[in-house]
Amino acid sequence: MSAPGASEPKLGKKDFVSDQDVRWCPGCGDYAILSQVQKVLPELGIPRERFVFVSGIGCSSRFPYYVNTYGFHSIHGRAPAIATGLKASRPELSVWIVTGDGDALSIGGNHVIHLLRRNLDVNVLLFNNKIYGLTKGQYSPTSEVGKITKSTPIGSVDHPFDPIALALGAEASFVARSVDVETRHLQDIVRRAHEHRGTSFVEILQNCNVFNDGAFADVTEKATKADHTLVLEHGKPLVFGKDRDRGIRLRNFQPEVVQLGDGVTEADLLVHDETNPALAYLIARLGPPDFPTPIGVFTAVERPCYDAALGQQIASARAKNPPDLRALLNRGDTWTVS
Amino acid sequence: MADGVATLAKPIEERDAIVIRFAGDSGDGMQVTGMQFTTGSALAGNDLATLPDFPAEIRAPAGTLAGVSAFQLNFSSLPVFTPGDDLDVLVAMNPAALKTNVEDLKAGGILIVDKESFHEQNLKKAGYDHNPLTDGSLARYQLFQIDVTKLTTAALQDLGLSARSVFRCRNFFCLGVTSWLYHRPIEPAEQWIRDKFRKTPELVEANVRALHAGYHFSENAELFAVSYSVKPAVIPPGRYRNITGNTATALGFVAAAHKAKRPLFLGSYPITPASDVLHELSTLKQFDVYTFQAEDEIAGVGAALGAAFGGAIAITTTSGPGMNLKAETIGLALAVELPLVITDIQRAGPSTGMPTKTEQADLLMAMYGRHGEAPVPVLAAATPADCFTMAYEAVRIAVKYMTPVILLSDGFLANGAEPWPIPDPDTLPDVPVTFRTDPGGFFPYVRDEESLSRPWVIPGTPGLEHRIGGLEKEYLTGNVSYAPTNHEQMMRVRARKVAGIVREIPPTEVFGPADGELLLVGWGGTYGSIRQATSQLQAAGHRVAHVHLRHLNPLPADLESILGRYRRVLVPEINLGQLVRLLRAEYLVDAIGFNKVQGRPFKVAEIVARCLKLLNGEHGEVPS
Repeated sequence: MSAPGASEPKLGKKDFVSDQDVRWCPGCGDYAILSQVQKVLPELGIPRERFVFVSGIGCSSRFPYYVNTYGFHSIHGRAPAIATGLKASRPELSVWIVTGDGDALSIGGNHVIHLLRRNLDVNVLLFNNKIYGLTKGQYSPTSEVGKITKSTPIGSVDHPFDPIALALGAEASFVARSVDVETRHLQDIVRRAHEHRGTSFVEILQNCNVFNDGAFADVTEKATKADHTLVLEHGKPLVFGKDRDRGIRLRNFQPEVVQLGDGVTEADLLVHDETNPALAYLIARLGPPDFPTPIGVFTAVERPCYDAALGQQIASARAKNPPDLRALLNRGDTWTVS
Repeated sequence: MADGVATLAKPIEERDAIVIRFAGDSGDGMQVTGMQFTTGSALAGNDLATLPDFPAEIRAPAGTLAGVSAFQLNFSSLPVFTPGDDLDVLVAMNPAALKTNVEDLKAGGILIVDKESFHEQNLKKAGYDHNPLTDGSLARYQLFQIDVTKLTTAALQDLGLSARSVFRCRNFFCLGVTSWLYHRPIEPAEQWIRDKFRKTPELVEANVRALHAGYHFSENAELFAVSYSVKPAVIPPGRYRNITGNTATALGFVAAAHKAKRPLFLGSYPITPASDVLHELSTLKQFDVYTFQAEDEIAGVGAALGAAFGGAIAITTTSGPGMNLKAETIGLALAVELPLVITDIQRAGPSTGMPTKTEQADLLMAMYGRHGEAPVPVLAAATPADCFTMAYEAVRIAVKYMTPVILLSDGFLANGAEPWPIPDPDTLPDVPVTFRTDPGGFFPYVRDEESLSRPWVIPGTPGLEHRIGGLEKEYLTGNVSYAPTNHEQMMRVRARKVAGIVREIPPTEVFGPADGELLLVGWGGTYGSIRQATSQLQAAGHRVAHVHLRHLNPLPADLESILGRYRRVLVPEINLGQLVRLLRAEYLVDAIGFNKVQGRPFKVAEIVARCLKLLNGEHGEVPS
């Protein structure tokens, strides 16, 4: 199959908009994510028919219906399994998994960690709104302790997962975080997820304005976001704040927030290195209330992909031993009755 | 008989059929011994059937009852349908093996034991207060006590092997003993040893020597007064190999995918007794076979469904507990109408049950075990070799009708073996697969007029981009729809599509008179027992016939009229009455169940006895 040539009209965002009405609640963060993904897809140089979006169940999982590519809206938690079979047998496809905090981390937690471990060359977009939206407002595996919801009227006693730390623990080769309303940042991260060879795990902080409004207000509101967001850049020191005057320093193996000046310079700060998963894990543990929320690429490392390795085994088996069905059926001890 | 030359003059007696069982500790190599004896018997031209019987524990403590592993073979000059009811010969390597198996030995049957293993410690482990070899309790058998360990050790003494290595050659000594006794060739076993231990020449030498030592011991020792011959069976001409159900299943899938010119994708999670299909297929990558050992049963079937979306011949293999877990994905497969074959190699349940023992109690789950109205075609293999045919057929139906198909096998078929007339790949039925590429008039759920199946469009096809999913779809367009009448229309068309598969089912074969006193209806692994029982009843002058169903959903179109032509209908099943319920519900026929759930196949005699009761006017229990 050929990439779109010069004679073919260049694809634009509208080519990735399906004819289905989008049915998320007005004001939902999912709209912004959909729009950024639809903007990035035509820029990737891949024919539209080679994209496949696979999802599970939940608000986020309606996503494939709205993207005019191939799509599979499957069952709760199982998108990684379905995507694995598809990608393993059709490695030339660009496979995207769209999931949520409940779908990926609760019912589908097992599939997610094994997908990351195997490192199939697919992209995971995890919309984390820290709540169950489609079932109308129960706490999720990323909801904070004490969360009052319909199923926890006096507060949740469940300790939450951090999706980034979980992905790193599962040996993910690419782990990133972005925010639904950070359009430019989100586009960059989606693009980098696509470029990475291996499973790209992207947590997108997404506001559910109906059941968990303002869950990420610190990092989305103009007034607070600069002081509460740590934008990760490879090779750059960990600096943040409206005036870029604060940073993260390591002391006795413990990270701490320091004020720049008074003898403290950028040279004293931790420098981000995407190729160092141990550092990524340390940064993954940062967050409110004591630290800003890191966004960007936590880690991006090269590691063999399951799909490529399996394909290689099949190719070399064929080269060494061409398929011969007759010989196969006649294998072992045979005898002839005349 | 000339004195002093007994070895040459030992008389040979002819037998029609012999049932032999090798029993020992799970580390004693009884499965290998049985398989090698089977190969020798196949090459000697006998018809045969085998039944391995092993514990769930890989190595239960040596010498205990829980650790006994056995392999049974029925070989004959006549057609063989089952591994045999009662034993003509039992080889027991230790007291535990004797205790758990001797009840199956016929009075007057040959009992061969390793005398030295009957020491106090082993007797205690097996729960014997007295040594059965000396207390007279085995008087009804022909008991042959052989110093297997001592004789094997003597034969290997100059090889410098450890006592443990020598001990592990005892099974080939016993194979030698029994091979002489029944005139089996030992060359195939010798070849097997050479292949198996090719990296350790001293073990080749040791095992080959043990094999020969056993053979010559039998020949020369003043132990067996006679030997037995079993003439070759009259078998239709052709080329044969011995095949287990699981190997046949794997080959059936490979052949179907090869014929369809598509890759085969297996998503599976290891489970007894299905894992051998995964093992087998993982060695066949040159046939474009992708095997994916998933993180769990759900991922196994999920990955297969994803591969089906991508255009592969997609299969998953499991047993009962895994079937439970796959139910939701099977429902999704039928909603998105993608081809997928789910193989359930049934074992004794419920729950973990008895993993290594056979049962056929998953039929109703296969039929109904999903939420919503979720019809799925169900096929069942009748014999080990039939697993090839039915695996192939399951793929053919799945891709033609764009539907998940459940293929039922069971532990008895999976591990049992029989001679298989090797098919010519050129004469296997076609498995046509066409992917739609034409955007003209395309809708994801536009249906073929006859089969009602929707087009298979794989990602990568320009201009046909579309979305599928588990939500109810609008007829034709496939867009999400909650419209009340559309839902009913979709339910009905999915049901009609599966019901229409009846056109694929060949006319039902009736074994016996076209009408009569009694019809035996079976399915799955009970084929052999029912067929042999029917033959015996017919030979005794009864008007009894046998129908064996390989299509359970839909049922054959001619079944209703066949059922009506017999005064009584009896349905033997290794469950508490499942097919019998379906037949009663479907045809309002007064079918009677005959049920056994002991983790073992029916004995022919059990079925014969039940039929005779019925023929003598005694009714029986109906399903409760």
